[in-house]
Amino acid sequence: MSTRAGRVAQGGSALDRSRPLSFTFGGRRLKGFAGDSLASALLANGQAVLARSFKYHRPRGLWGFGAEEPNAILDVQYPDGRHDPNARATLVPLEDGQAVKTVHGWPSAGRDVYGFLDRLHPLIPAGFYYKTFIRPNWHLFEPRIRAMAGLGVVPVEREPLLRAQRHHHTDVLVVGAGPAGLAAARAAAAAGQRVLLVDDQPAPGGALLVDPTDIDGMPAAAWVDRVIADLGAMPNVTFLPSTTAMGLFDHGLAILAERRPVPAGFAPEYLWKVRADRTILATGAIERPLVFPDNDRPGVMSAFAARAYLARHGVRAGQAVVVLTGNDSGWRTAEALALAGSEPVIVDLRPDVAPHPSIPTHVGSVVIAVQGRVGVAGVVVEPLAGGPRTELACDLVAVSGGWTPTVHLHMHAGGKLRFDERLDAFVPAGEAGSVATVGAANGRFDTAGCLADGHRAGSIGSGSFAAPEAEAEPAYRQARWRKLDRPKVRQWVDLQNDVTAKDVSLARQENYVSVEHLKRYTTLGMATDQGKTSNLNGLALMADELAVPVEQVGTTTFRPPFTPVSFAAIAGSRREALLTPLRLLPADREHVRVGAVFDDYGGWSRPAFYPQEGEGRAEAIAREVLATRQGVALFDGSPLGKIELAGKDAAVFLDRLFYHSLGDLKPGRVRYVFMLTEHGKLYDDGVVSRLAEDRFLLSPSSSHATGVHALVEEWRQTGWPELGVVASNVTTAWATFAVTGPKARVVVGRLPVDVDLSAQALPHMGFVQGRLGDVPVRIARVSFTGELSFEISVPAGYGPSLYRLLADLGKEQGIVPLGSEALLVLRAEKGYVLVGRDTDGNTEPQDLGITAPLRKKQHDFVGRRSLMRPVSRDERRLELVGLLNTVPDEPIPTGAHMFERDAGGSRRSRGYVTSAYQSPTLGRPIALGIVADGRRLQAEGARVDLFHLGKVYHAKVVSPVFYDPAGERLRG
Amino acid sequence: MLLIACPWCGPRDETEFRFGIEAGVTRPEPDAADDRAWAAYLFLRENHRGRHRELWCHAGGCGQWFLAERDTVTHRIERTEVLPGHPSTEGRTAGEQHGAMEAPAPSETVMGGAGEQA
Repeated sequence: MSTRAGRVAQGGSALDRSRPLSFTFGGRRLKGFAGDSLASALLANGQAVLARSFKYHRPRGLWGFGAEEPNAILDVQYPDGRHDPNARATLVPLEDGQAVKTVHGWPSAGRDVYGFLDRLHPLIPAGFYYKTFIRPNWHLFEPRIRAMAGLGVVPVEREPLLRAQRHHHTDVLVVGAGPAGLAAARAAAAAGQRVLLVDDQPAPGGALLVDPTDIDGMPAAAWVDRVIADLGAMPNVTFLPSTTAMGLFDHGLAILAERRPVPAGFAPEYLWKVRADRTILATGAIERPLVFPDNDRPGVMSAFAARAYLARHGVRAGQAVVVLTGNDSGWRTAEALALAGSEPVIVDLRPDVAPHPSIPTHVGSVVIAVQGRVGVAGVVVEPLAGGPRTELACDLVAVSGGWTPTVHLHMHAGGKLRFDERLDAFVPAGEAGSVATVGAANGRFDTAGCLADGHRAGSIGSGSFAAPEAEAEPAYRQARWRKLDRPKVRQWVDLQNDVTAKDVSLARQENYVSVEHLKRYTTLGMATDQGKTSNLNGLALMADELAVPVEQVGTTTFRPPFTPVSFAAIAGSRREALLTPLRLLPADREHVRVGAVFDDYGGWSRPAFYPQEGEGRAEAIAREVLATRQGVALFDGSPLGKIELAGKDAAVFLDRLFYHSLGDLKPGRVRYVFMLTEHGKLYDDGVVSRLAEDRFLLSPSSSHATGVHALVEEWRQTGWPELGVVASNVTTAWATFAVTGPKARVVVGRLPVDVDLSAQALPHMGFVQGRLGDVPVRIARVSFTGELSFEISVPAGYGPSLYRLLADLGKEQGIVPLGSEALLVLRAEKGYVLVGRDTDGNTEPQDLGITAPLRKKQHDFVGRRSLMRPVSRDERRLELVGLLNTVPDEPIPTGAHMFERDAGGSRRSRGYVTSAYQSPTLGRPIALGIVADGRRLQAEGARVDLFHLGKVYHAKVVSPVFYDPAGERLRG
Repeated sequence: MLLIACPWCGPRDETEFRFGIEAGVTRPEPDAADDRAWAAYLFLRENHRGRHRELWCHAGGCGQWFLAERDTVTHRIERTEVLPGHPSTEGRTAGEQHGAMEAPAPSETVMGGAGEQA
């Protein structure tokens, strides 16, 4: 037998020794086997130092076996491009070609230039940062401190593989496939329930894989195989290994993260959203450390982990092993390692146990020092009752400080806890709604008890079906231990956050005695392990400090997720176009064909401008504007909102809903209207066409189509259900094109329509329905450019052909495609506002100079009463104006603030610039803004100063209508 | 995440719904209400602890507004029902069907914010 720790020749139930794997750690090539975890492979290769600690940069090694691991957080890159910057080595299956490095410590965890910090430890106790870096300003120090701290660096590469998400419904969710979980699943499945069974390890069995006991007369492994085979044969059962339950939420929702092998290069994780009528938690327990001097050295390991690595992965974690324990389970580690060829010594805190028959035992003793720096070299043992010290040379200290039931999910579900003195731990106090906890998580630490507990919870009614049975074990007993009472030495409580017993005392001295304060002051229980190994020891120490029972100290809040879950898994496939579907215009390909440059406008992909050969953005926009003013242009307005409203009370409904009256609108006519919120604020502007006595078409602005429809429905259903009216959003059913410009009539006149489009029959703000060949067509005389315009709509499928037809018909007049950017300039020249851009959440109709409906309307409408509050008459309200720069070549930028000086000489904003453009029509810059008392300033032709990014601009306040104020160009 | 029984579509995830307003907020006669009464209608809500009647909209589904009775402490949804005066309710027992239904897989839970690290 070897005298060195490492891989043993045989054994390791998880290993497939016929499949050797190769990986690198810090650039060094290492070997492992299929079935290894990253942790077991590193342990087998004798890698003792896997991390530098968070604060003191002390070397740290592997502590645990599962989700609780505080130290071995590593950066893992996969050959397929995946990159996990803070993987928990205990949960990552070894794969061929993984490149692994440490996340903390520079240049490496083995040789860390910040290692000197540990010698400064008396200067940097808990709360040091708060006290020291507060002056002059934390932000001066933050970048350097953050660089030295942290647990990994976010990769800059793009995540190559999508994660999948699944939704699932089940009668019973069983979390944990140890003895309790298997018994529960078996009973529930036999009762005909739909069962989803999950376990965070790759293989079912839980503690039975490490501490086997005969069950129902067969070896544990055979029993587990049999149960899994039986369950697998049942159509009502699903078993997911390598799956962590991240959290429980309202109404039986559980979020599960499944880690999968990736043969097809797809979905290395599945995020499950499960609704379960009942949830059974068989989540087991986590072994906790003991608090003693230098208990953080690499080579101080959980006793359970030490025997688990041997049983599952055939790795001996040490040759000369000191097992420090306060309960019987530590003895199992000593026995297992002795069988495998190690030389263990037991140090048991309990004074009243008989020594082990074949393993040297120090009864009633504790370790008072651990020698070695980057590994364990030896320990000093001292009897608790006093007496001579013993020095023992060793390379592993295996520690069992007792077992902490894993109650996280129980607490997510709103459960309560009680403190069990015998276990020296918190256990669930009853069930949490539909969530029951069984087995070790419920404080049952014997296999027989776990089986009975699980079986009972899984059963429905009284069946003839019997619970599985195992041999009785001696009652579990845990020695009560808090810390060694020596003021000078450092004894670690939280390995991940470098919190010592002294820090807990300091928190108490400074009166941070509430557990939530203790946590934030010392960082105990924070970061990626959330104190799975440390919380209870910390609470117990605080209880001692305060001389109160642990129960009275309580616990901090348990919040999801149980272990970190990747953003990629949460996002799933919801990224880019699958997150925000980009909406394409019906005539999208026509725009592509004529060379449009596209942009995203409120979720629609729309042509921004159509550059010609050698033309830049600004030139293209200017050309399109001038072509519209002088000739004719073709604009795709398909996203314009279209909500049809019909019914005998449609007119009454609209009169109540809109600011402007609509009951008096004649069929075939269109009106420009405002929609307000009940608070009197401007929500949207748009036009409404009356198609018939009982039928209207609302055209809200493109970005508000959905919102206006929602408001229509809200008032229709909850406000006035007695009105006979229905509404439907038909925005995408129609393609709409505007032919606009002084030559528009010539082009539209060539359309083969069966309706009269003359100025007499269809004047400005007129509307007509007819047929274009065989196709229904709607034509409205509305304009957002200020020029003569025809808005022509056909069913969406005919959009591309109508676009081609109009382009064809307009060729002779030199029709140009008009993009959204030029349209923005055209409307600004006319002083047409964009609600939401030239208005803010406080804008009311009078701020835009429109007051007639409020004065004239004879009945109530949405928002009217709110407009009568004093605030609506405040003379400092922001009102729409035009602004012209008075200094040539200093155009006023969007976002500039008009300001005044207050008594102290500081600038105070009195409104701001909302839109600013170079106007090709006027050949000069123009701007729109909302400023305090704007209309008075406009009437006075006031000169004002505006401030933007450190510069003052000078402007004259003018009318917001820069072009054709009489609106003569709209007619004709 | 809540599981809400839409009276028309049955139990669906909370993400399909939009919360509207607590029930019982009535619009005062606008011209009779003084500014204080009007402001109360706009801004003041009971939001009390325990059973609470609310208006929800199945915005990502059938688009219908309905009444829900929810416990603000346990998040349990006691019942949902069609709005009174809904023209489609005649001869329909949807409200009773769903209203009498057990709140789906209720838990006695008050959740904190998810995943807070500190």
